[in-house]
Amino acid sequence: MADSVDVSKGLPANPEKATLDGKNKFLGMFVFLAGETTMFATFFGTYLGLRSGTADGPVAADIFQLPLVFIMTMILLTSSLTSVLATFAMKKNQFGKLKFWMWMTFLLGATFLGLEIYEFVEYYEHGLGYTTSAFASSFYTLVGLHGAHVLFGLGWILLLLLRNRKAGITLTNAPKFYAFSLYWHFIDVVWVFIFTVVYLMGIGG
Amino acid sequence: MVSEATNTRKKSVLWDWLTTVDHKKIAILYLIAGALFFVKAGLMAVLFRIQLIAPEMEFISGQTFNELVTMHGTIMLFLAATPLIFAFANFAVPLQIGARDVAFPFVNSLGFWLFLSGGILLSISWFFGGAPDAGWTSYVPLASREFGGIGIDFYVLGLQISGFGTLVSGINFIVTIINMRAPGMTMMRLPLFVWTMLITSMLIVFAFTPLAAGLALLMLDRIFDAQFFIPGEGGNVVLWQHIFWIFGHPEVYILVLPAFGIISEVIPAFSKKRLFGYTSMVFAVLIIGFLSFMVWLHHMFTVGVGPIANSVFAIATMTIAVPTGIKIFNWLFTMWGGKIRFTTAMHFAASFVPTFVLGGVTGVMLAMAPVTHLYHDTYFVVAHFHYIIVGGIVLGLFAGFFYWYPKMFGHKLNETLGIIMFWLFYIGFHLTFFIQHILGLMGMPRRVYTFLEGQGLDTMNFISTIGAFLMSAAIIVLVVNIVYSALNSERVTVKDPWDARTLEWATHTPIPEYNFAQTPQVRSLDPVFYEKIHGNGEMKPVEPLDEIHMPNGSILPLIISIGLFIAGFGFISFHLDLFISPYVFIAVGGILTFGAMAARSLQNDHGYHIDKETVESMEKELS
Ligand code: HEM
Ligand SMILES: [Cu+2]
Repeated sequence: MADSVDVSKGLPANPEKATLDGKNKFLGMFVFLAGETTMFATFFGTYLGLRSGTADGPVAADIFQLPLVFIMTMILLTSSLTSVLATFAMKKNQFGKLKFWMWMTFLLGATFLGLEIYEFVEYYEHGLGYTTSAFASSFYTLVGLHGAHVLFGLGWILLLLLRNRKAGITLTNAPKFYAFSLYWHFIDVVWVFIFTVVYLMGIGG
Repeated sequence: MVSEATNTRKKSVLWDWLTTVDHKKIAILYLIAGALFFVKAGLMAVLFRIQLIAPEMEFISGQTFNELVTMHGTIMLFLAATPLIFAFANFAVPLQIGARDVAFPFVNSLGFWLFLSGGILLSISWFFGGAPDAGWTSYVPLASREFGGIGIDFYVLGLQISGFGTLVSGINFIVTIINMRAPGMTMMRLPLFVWTMLITSMLIVFAFTPLAAGLALLMLDRIFDAQFFIPGEGGNVVLWQHIFWIFGHPEVYILVLPAFGIISEVIPAFSKKRLFGYTSMVFAVLIIGFLSFMVWLHHMFTVGVGPIANSVFAIATMTIAVPTGIKIFNWLFTMWGGKIRFTTAMHFAASFVPTFVLGGVTGVMLAMAPVTHLYHDTYFVVAHFHYIIVGGIVLGLFAGFFYWYPKMFGHKLNETLGIIMFWLFYIGFHLTFFIQHILGLMGMPRRVYTFLEGQGLDTMNFISTIGAFLMSAAIIVLVVNIVYSALNSERVTVKDPWDARTLEWATHTPIPEYNFAQTPQVRSLDPVFYEKIHGNGEMKPVEPLDEIHMPNGSILPLIISIGLFIAGFGFISFHLDLFISPYVFIAVGGILTFGAMAARSLQNDHGYHIDKETVESMEKELS
């Protein structure tokens, strides 16, 4: 079989792509993310089309708390960095480091999510409910969908870490960690767009 | 049967089909489910055609008419045509590229069960206050909470679930085709059906995701009181049309490209000639795939988006005629001077060509933005798209059905019955739809449940309905054929009963679960034909006969799908007043779905091996 790679002398240089299974996961993840991009693009389009449809509710500039969002952005960007460090560790066959950086990624992601929930509660108390206006609906849907992706990612990495507590890096789990980190970068890139298109443009005009 | 693999337990037949991850069995599941939905939607068409057989009929009510038309269109596109294409794709693509299975067998089975559970969710709407009634396009505000019935909640969630199944299957096909080709099967040697499935799958990835987004918006509006499409609260109704058609137009090509692919396999096989202009065919498919995203606005010419947008999109639309024309001529040149065998499959394939041209011509007519105001929402449009959908896609599916049937089921279909069916269907089709062009030009509007006497519409509507009866008769003949052939046909034991050209005809009939005992070496386009001429008629293997690694079956895809079905029903039941709270459904469904996903990721499943001796004895028995 194509996926019988000789690992008696240690892992190959790119363990995530050494087997056919790994290559499939890698490509499959990319294609999946291409689809996700289109889906997010549709939600962005919706938001852009409706963001001035505030009815008589609050407008973006009244409500967005840029300092908080900025901190959230920094946290999420850092979590991308830690997941890169994790994949570096993976390629060097350092399982302990891999786990450490993945746990860091998890913690940062969870912090981000906590802050986002706090942010939404804040806005709600300032009069921006989900059904207040088309602007409100499209804002919460776009940002909330991103949040749901973060939540899903957290569940995913948690399962991976628990499942592979003692496994070491193998040709089976390396593609899985790698696929997760691709997903995580994607989430991060989407957030950068949200930060720009929703928050900066919302404050700036 | 030879005793099966080593370390799998013996399973009951039912359990085997519920858990299978074998692409050939999944193909048969798609075929059966798609066929049932096809018959169902066809019967709906017959019902509302009876309502239209004479002026001012009172066979069904206006409301029922709306529900039937909506369900007919929705089922035909999402639950009949798409799964039937996936049936052939699942069956043929791995074989045609010389693979043992698809890239993600688990996901493949998940795709099927999601499609089915979404389809069933849509269908049970009849029992819970009525089917969707806002047309298959579900335009707001007609589909909003205020004006649309409860059925639209079923539409939204049913399509969401089955659409997710389509999406994951599309991803699976892309990865399979790119990563799993046998040695020598370069991209420019891929059979055309594989090429069209590759492009189709890409269209799925880029078109079904906007659909998912649009459906989500509509669901949020209807169930959680969001304001996306409520103008008074800042929403916008035209937004729905943009999102819907950014999906909707490519959707047509998602269906028609594989039909092109099937035709491009069948015509060379029965003309005993290489497909004319292979390279130009491939590029035509690529161009069509690309352009299909650039033209969505031609469905909105009458909305009032302005002359510039209209002009740009009108021109973009007409451009598609160029690559399509290339394909038409290549098919004609393939037949030209070939040794044509008029099998049933070839009847369907050859008749596809002129019918599709007719649909293309009316398409160009509709693309002329200034004139389209005349045709808009009349039977002219209905006639146009049925020439594409029935005269193109369905004829292509029938061609593929008769062509691949012996490989799938081990015996041929009866040719006499096949040809009777063909003529019934073909004549019925033209009777039903040709005349609708004229009805449309005379101003008969679509989606209206009756018409008045003395407007000159009576005779033509009568003929149209008779045509629909003829098509139904054709389907009955097909069913008779299937039963008759199963009882009377000789078993096919040769690998290649048609004297065909591509790699799926290099495996045994019936196909062992591993497809190819040894991965074949591909040396040319039409590899099987090449070996007949230049080799000893057998594919050369690239590896020694050895044990074979196969994936294990799993019940989890079914459980995930059932979970989503229950959760989906829960969202709908916010408006249903059941004695169980919606949150119970949502929680139970969510636990099933996410639980099964977690179980999958915690499970240690390395598949199993079929040992060398078993492979050897299976091969000996089959040859
Ligand atoms: C086989 C016999 C068929 C008959 C007799 C038939 C008949 C009709 C008729 C009369 C309508 C008009 C509804 C209207 O706009 O007033 C209609 C709509 C439609 N049909 Fe068919 N049809 C057939 C097959 C198909 C197939 C195979 C497909 C697709 C795979 C299909 C897709 C559609 C769609 C998308 C609509 C539009 C529904 C809507 O307006 O919401 N039909 N059909
Ligand atoms: Cu179109």
